[in-house]
Amino acid sequence: MSYEVDGQEIATDEEGYITNLPDWTPELGAVIAKAEEIEMGEEHWAVVNFLRDYYEEYQIAPAVRVLIKSIKKSMGPEVGNNKYMYELFPYGPAKQACKIAGLPKPTGCV
Amino acid sequence: MSETVKKFLYVNRKAPYGTIYAQESLEVVLIGAAFDQDVSMAFLDDGVFQLTKGQDTKEIGLKNFSPTFRALGDFEVTKLYVEKESLAERGLTLEDLQNIEYEDEDDDWAEKPSIRLVSRAEMADVMADQDVILSF
Repeated sequence: MSYEVDGQEIATDEEGYITNLPDWTPELGAVIAKAEEIEMGEEHWAVVNFLRDYYEEYQIAPAVRVLIKSIKKSMGPEVGNNKYMYELFPYGPAKQACKIAGLPKPTGCV
Repeated sequence: MSETVKKFLYVNRKAPYGTIYAQESLEVVLIGAAFDQDVSMAFLDDGVFQLTKGQDTKEIGLKNFSPTFRALGDFEVTKLYVEKESLAERGLTLEDLQNIEYEDEDDDWAEKPSIRLVSRAEMADVMADQDVILSF
């Protein structure tokens, strides 16, 4: 499996997570989202950007609880709750949003 | 109905790189943290090197996973016991270790240090107090 951005082929593992993290660009994020059948809005990007910042600082994806707390702070409780996160990312904020954010599959995510 | 919470202690005795033990231990801790158990970590012998600040792995081509220790508080792992004697034997002090904090939910989210320095004798008490001990 792979993605294509501007004629460039981006390699992934068998589940569609990119294998070379520095390959990521917002354009690639949009391409992955499309493959996941997600239409990216402002709220999706807020989640993706938070995941990337957190990974940059701690070298790991956050616990879902931490993600939700942060989104609640930045975008309000209507967005920052578990149910809404699953509306944004039906296959789970951890798994699917990390994939779009170009991060490895989260630890402990079965 | 209340589920039984067990006390898990992950004991780390090896230097961070050179073997996979340290990184695997941290990975298992993070997975285990998702199951709402009472999780602590212990660092002794060369394991104390895992917590040192300023690690740079560029030349050995491995991921520097030391920043992940600072995320443990987010996973409710807030007790990192470090043995004083092991630090001293290696010429290290608390100052050489990363500043690792957690937010205390029961105290208005005050930031508190996760690292607890304990003597060898106190470490024995910490171990005696556990339900499950896993050694790495």
